[in-house]
Amino acid sequence: MKVAISATGNDLNAFVDPRFGRCPFFILIDPENMEYEVIRNEASQSMGGAGIKAAQTVIKSGAGAVITGNMGPNAFAVLKAEGVKIYAGVSGKIKDVIQQFKEGKLKESESASVERHFGMRK
Amino acid sequence: MILSIASGKGGTGKTTVAVNLAISLEDVQLLDCDVEEPNANIFVKADLKRIETIYREVPDFDLEKCNLCGACADFCAYNAIAVTSKKLIFFPELCHSCGGCGLVCRENAIRWRRKEIGEIYRGCKDGIEIYQGKLKVGESIPIPVIRRMKELIDRSKNVIIDSPPGAGCPFIESVKGSDFCLLVTEPTPFGLYDLKIAVEVVRKLKVPFGVVVNKDGGGYKEVDLFCRSEGIPILLRIPHSEEIARLYSLGVPFSSQKRRWKEEFERLFESIEDLR
Ligand code: SF4
Ligand code: SF4
Repeated sequence: MKVAISATGNDLNAFVDPRFGRCPFFILIDPENMEYEVIRNEASQSMGGAGIKAAQTVIKSGAGAVITGNMGPNAFAVLKAEGVKIYAGVSGKIKDVIQQFKEGKLKESESASVERHFGMRK
Repeated sequence: MILSIASGKGGTGKTTVAVNLAISLEDVQLLDCDVEEPNANIFVKADLKRIETIYREVPDFDLEKCNLCGACADFCAYNAIAVTSKKLIFFPELCHSCGGCGLVCRENAIRWRRKEIGEIYRGCKDGIEIYQGKLKVGESIPIPVIRRMKELIDRSKNVIIDSPPGAGCPFIESVKGSDFCLLVTEPTPFGLYDLKIAVEVVRKLKVPFGVVVNKDGGGYKEVDLFCRSEGIPILLRIPHSEEIARLYSLGVPFSSQKRRWKEEFERLFESIEDLR
């Protein structure tokens, strides 16, 4: 199963971006062999509904799980409908976070971590 | 004459000016277009009745026909639609009713339904006919309500429009087509900053305008200097006064209590007529 991580940069030394919808990149990684690809998050530029669009991007990538900082209810609903596992509230260097994931130390989220419109600049 | 009262941000005294003008004139139509937070009637105190409900069209998905191709979701610039491999999810509050998803769907799975977005109320009190637009909670697009409000304008009257704060689309929608715009500001650095933005927008709309300085007297001179250098007339100054603030908090327009201020607002109106 591949995992999509909201990332501040485009390699494994980047950090988990706290914003799911508006992160610049997703790192799509296979934890088994640590092979990864970088996906640009087009939603980071959208006017509204960034979380929804980012969720669609993740679904299209074929990821079975998402690791991120904060996720709003809309994105959460979309990912859940696809059956994608969500690990929100995570921070740190992506390398280390993947390690924690492999060791089963991350906890699956049962609901969205933030209200609507979090991360939107007013 | 259609006169809109506006300001670059909320809380500058825009509604105060609109209401005091309204009660100082005869035969007035007052349109409260600040539909997200209409509060002119706190001061007018008319008995409001709902006269209209405003709707917009949003897509209604026929899930029998939909094959989850995702074309509508890809098209929607507002990300109001998400399509997963198992179902389609629609977020009506993000939809801007552009109609595009219906054009790209090849399965004919999209029909339209009406969604209530706001209401218009009307009341009369002491020669003021007040209209109040109210956006439903959770709705973020006030334009259709404002547009409908403006269709109710009776040009034979003195029309005063209390515009939404800010200098975005709702502001433009309510100010455009006015014969004159009064920009209300406060003599502070923030007030000046917002005033400059509002001035730019009003100029683009080609609506003649002037400035009202509210809470005047603090010694900050930059608003005056800016207006002078730009050739913008300052038409009224309302001093920073405890008496005015007290009446405001009681929901009483100060010109209804003070003869002098009623005359000041009458004079303000005359000077606007001269400027047009
Ligand atoms: S009408 Fe326009 S904004 Fe609304 S869902 Fe369809 S494409 Fe999106
Ligand atoms: S475009 Fe039509 S068929 Fe395709 S997902 Fe949207 S509603 Fe369904």
